[in-house]
Amino acid sequence: MPDYKWPPKDQRRIIGKPVNRVDGPAKASGRARFSQDVRLPGMLYAALLTSPYAHAKVTDIDTSQAEKSPGVKGIQIISEPGTEIQWAGTEIALVAADTEEHARDGVRKIKVKYEVFNDHFVKEADLATAQKLGRAKPSGEAVTGDPDQAFKDADVISEGEYGIPPITHCCLESHGQVVAFDGEKVEYRPSTQNVSGVGGDLAKGLEIPAANVHVHQDHIGGGFGSKFASDRWGVETAKLSKKVGGKPIRYHHDRRTELEIAGCRPAIYGRFKVGAKKDGTIIAWESKTWATGGFGGGGLNANLLPYVFRDVPNRRFNHSAVSINAGGARAWRAPNHPQVSFLTCSAIEDLAAKLKMDPLEVFLKNLHYTQRPEVYRAQLLKAAEMIGWKSKWHPRGQSGRGPVKTGLGIGIGTWGGMGHNATERVTIHPDGSVVLEIGSQDLGTGTRTIITQTAAESLGLPMKDITLRIGDNRYPRAGASGGSTTVGGTSAATRKATLNALEKLFEAVAPSLGAQPDQLVARDGKIMVKGDSSKSLTWRAACAKLGVTPIEATGSNNRRSPGGLIAGGVGGAQMAEVEVDTETGIVTLKKLAVVQDCGMIINPKTAASQCYGAAIMAICGALYEERILDAATGRFLNAEFDFYKLAGIKDVGQIEVHLDMTPEHDARGVVGLGEPPVIPGIAAIANAVANAIGVRVPRVPLTPDRVLAALERRRA
Amino acid sequence: MQAFEYANPKTLQEALGLLGSSWGEADVLAGGTDLLGLMKEYIHTPKRVVNIKGIKELGGIEKTSAGVRIGATVTVAELLSSGLIKSQFPALIQAAQGIASMQIRNMGSIGGDLCQRPRCWYFRSGYGLLAMKDGKSLVANGENRYHAIFGRAPAYFVSASSFGPALIALGAKVKLASQSGTRELPVAEFFVAPATEDDREIALKPNEILTEILVPAETTRNATYEVRQKEALDWPLATASVALKMDGGKVRSAEIVMGHVGPTPVRAPKAARSLTGKTINETVAEKAAATAVKGARPLSQNAYKVQLAKAAVKRALLRAVS
Amino acid sequence: MRSPKESQVRKLPESGVSRRGFLQGVSLGGGALGAAVLERPAEAAQSGVVGPGEVSITLWVNGKEHELRVEPRVTLLDALRDRLGLTGAKRVCDRGTCGACTVLVEGKAVYACTTLAIDAQGKNIQTIEGMTRGSELHPVMKAFVNNDAQQCGFCTPGFVVAAKAFIDEHPNPTEEDVMNGLGGNLCRCGTYIGIRKAVVEAAKAMGGRNA
Repeated sequence: MPDYKWPPKDQRRIIGKPVNRVDGPAKASGRARFSQDVRLPGMLYAALLTSPYAHAKVTDIDTSQAEKSPGVKGIQIISEPGTEIQWAGTEIALVAADTEEHARDGVRKIKVKYEVFNDHFVKEADLATAQKLGRAKPSGEAVTGDPDQAFKDADVISEGEYGIPPITHCCLESHGQVVAFDGEKVEYRPSTQNVSGVGGDLAKGLEIPAANVHVHQDHIGGGFGSKFASDRWGVETAKLSKKVGGKPIRYHHDRRTELEIAGCRPAIYGRFKVGAKKDGTIIAWESKTWATGGFGGGGLNANLLPYVFRDVPNRRFNHSAVSINAGGARAWRAPNHPQVSFLTCSAIEDLAAKLKMDPLEVFLKNLHYTQRPEVYRAQLLKAAEMIGWKSKWHPRGQSGRGPVKTGLGIGIGTWGGMGHNATERVTIHPDGSVVLEIGSQDLGTGTRTIITQTAAESLGLPMKDITLRIGDNRYPRAGASGGSTTVGGTSAATRKATLNALEKLFEAVAPSLGAQPDQLVARDGKIMVKGDSSKSLTWRAACAKLGVTPIEATGSNNRRSPGGLIAGGVGGAQMAEVEVDTETGIVTLKKLAVVQDCGMIINPKTAASQCYGAAIMAICGALYEERILDAATGRFLNAEFDFYKLAGIKDVGQIEVHLDMTPEHDARGVVGLGEPPVIPGIAAIANAVANAIGVRVPRVPLTPDRVLAALERRRA
Repeated sequence: MQAFEYANPKTLQEALGLLGSSWGEADVLAGGTDLLGLMKEYIHTPKRVVNIKGIKELGGIEKTSAGVRIGATVTVAELLSSGLIKSQFPALIQAAQGIASMQIRNMGSIGGDLCQRPRCWYFRSGYGLLAMKDGKSLVANGENRYHAIFGRAPAYFVSASSFGPALIALGAKVKLASQSGTRELPVAEFFVAPATEDDREIALKPNEILTEILVPAETTRNATYEVRQKEALDWPLATASVALKMDGGKVRSAEIVMGHVGPTPVRAPKAARSLTGKTINETVAEKAAATAVKGARPLSQNAYKVQLAKAAVKRALLRAVS
Repeated sequence: MRSPKESQVRKLPESGVSRRGFLQGVSLGGGALGAAVLERPAEAAQSGVVGPGEVSITLWVNGKEHELRVEPRVTLLDALRDRLGLTGAKRVCDRGTCGACTVLVEGKAVYACTTLAIDAQGKNIQTIEGMTRGSELHPVMKAFVNNDAQQCGFCTPGFVVAAKAFIDEHPNPTEEDVMNGLGGNLCRCGTYIGIRKAVVEAAKAMGGRNA
């Protein structure tokens, strides 16, 4: 068995180099094909009818007019009469027609009668009402140590209430698919984070064998945790395809429906009490939280509070899941972590203000409660240097005169990572060509690029000589892209598969070089004898020795025994500098300093992009984003992009990224980077605003109304 | 979008002949940046769409004896690049700069800006212009953070026009044409607060086309200040436009108009009068701004907009004299 | 009927007269209109009322003429994507807010989702597909690749087209100019930092001249 371990840092030729992403030209030129770009022969277009009511019962559906509408080819009823609707946007019926315009006409002609209950509850922040209505489900109390005694022993007790609302994924490519189902077999072109698994999920919904579903996807226009399943619209579109004789049908959500029903990040609200000694050491922690994503409520693991500082000895945790009449939650890039980072870091910053201490001191003082004190210490000091903490930090509210105040704030985070199960097949052809096949997907994180780099490194070839095929469930299986496990799973599988293939190639060519297979190395496009450069064959010549039989080899990552190539568990720290215009309440992010440890980096360029992108998502969450539900109508009022605010190119200030590439981190192997950098930013920005204006804005996003209200409270 | 007939007339007379006598029969298409969205949401379901971009007489920016004539189909980008506008009407330039999308600037017209429908999210979700449900206003006790602070029942939406406040401050008029002739109206009277669901928020009639805007030539120091949360494309939360006629360093007379705070642009005559004879400085501007928002009656969630409007007025005044 | 009839014979006239100017000339009188009818028959029907059913229209896209039949309500974006197979421009917000559908009409960046296809007749339409010459990437595209100004890639074509239009008008931009100029496009993955650098670099590569 080959020695799979990564080459030493100084011997890597391609791994660790900031090469351009391999699918960059296809994307930049518009040639990259997404699910929404697929056009199959004879394809029909579908449009969806959704419920305008948040709580109702469908009593009658009349499709007779719709059936006669020009161009309409078929109608699939999704919510049969008798169905109870629990959120606005629920799928009622799907119409297929020769054009999308005709499909929409058909939708308009379906007559649905509802029994409207008018008792929907959508105001998840209102715990008291939720409790009164029986919509809050307590998950019990978790107590560690003796919090009551500890609060008595504390020199200072800081209390606060903080909240972070639901936000949606806003994948620019909305959910949906092109699908053809002839009653037996399915051609499926979804927008998915789960190429290898989503076919089986669809098959289950259609009650056919999983092997009958062929999944193919070249590119996905954003997922962020929301695109693992085939979803109801996938199953129903397939059923409609069968109804119209197996013709392919394209259906993707319009923006409003995408925001309403394709998932959200749960809200978490909470009341916090922190007890500390005079020197800033935290000794007691109490939280009462409640969370919701939608009708299913929102859970929270007691281990997540206090976040990162999880070993505070005395703590009490209470949580309730609140059910509301709104579209449900889905995994959202680092599920629950950005929220609990914001809640925890806000409580610590408020404690520091009460102690009249520099919050950096308080964070540093309590690192012994974390899993990796030294990592965080180094990261906090690095971030402090990048943001100019020493020279710019001032006690809360002492930003000087003038209406524009500046402030600094801290956030921290942690994430697991590791690698999902994945298998890759490598074929080395006698003509020297190399083909890799793996049923993975590239979410834009750079998966194609890091697989190609890893293979090129292992085979001693330039990247251009590697052909990589992903995005098809006929290739060996790879896990879904979630939890920052893709880079680990695919790089480890690639490393193993390519070295396994190389071992076979060495066996085939060793005799011609008069050497033993284990004396050979692949480097610089050649197979050569270690220590004797005169004995070598070009890659092509070496492969020619295979005669007519290609080499085929596979390699797998097993998440239970990763074998030293990959690791999990990282820390990250971020610091924000903001300006707050106290006459308008407008917060401007000046700078975000991002420090992230991330193990061995295969591509620093795409790794940095993950950090920049994550930071920007955090800025959106801190300043702009929230799902606004209307109590009276139960509707998601800002489910279009002119009112669902996302940061534009001028709204994100300066972002500086420091990837913590120390030899110690490198030695751990590959660690996923999708989730970790999205976690600390909201906390950092919220704390910076509190520092700037001298008062806590208890809820994000930090919109002018909330900032001005906080300032008002401060004056009062 | 509901299917519609389409016409692309080359003359104004032809275009006027294609309009209907009641709303819903025909919609006028210029830049389309608002109309297409309205049609996609089935808020507007016109039987006919009349494209007026091909009508030459509706374009162009020219100097006239009375001032400057701006054709209704002049785009925001054309306005921004006009030397004539730049030299005399920074209030219009600054309002145009607030439209932070190159694409909207290229497409959107000044006439369309004045005629665009409110951005109230209840209206856009299909609850009607006044957003009534079971006889009650959804806005008054609902999600009204972006709504009017100068509203009166039943109209609580805000006028979405970027140029309305500046044009009113500058004393501009609009010219409205129908088959029976043309009429001129001060821009201030073009915006109206509707009393019923069947009313519109502008004085334009279904058989009329807004053909041009006439801005008088009087020399003023003028400016616009917009409070927007985002620097990228975003709807303003509050704006103010001011025009000051000066005697040397002192104000002879002033006009102050606030935007995005009421169903029409909101004039602040008392605040404007308070500036007469004064030199604008921080204190004077602050005081006038406080006066300007005195009559505000905020809703449950939007008291903060009073402060924003105040800041906008103050900053517009200071910008005008800077 | 859905598949467009593409004729590559006629190229856009490359005279100094812009399409817009040409059309304005057309409106001057009957004689000129007659000439236009000879030049492009599809325009003859434009002053009359057409629709609401399908009508024949002619679109000049990337220098090629396409004849297609669409209802007047079909947007330019849907015509490009679903009728002509030009899927580079994306439909994201479909409300003229996010810029993913950006194309050039008469050299100006517009939202194709908010433009009627029938209204784009007789105009020079350029899409992302028209920016490449064979496999040679446009300098803006190269700069996007070099600066990793893309992740999932769904907003990227709209940004690239918008950036090209921006550079045409601002041949020597700073990053600050880029931030002010590209406020009409949104990205969810968060590629703005790369885009700022890419646009400045592309402008330099284009030598401070329009391309």
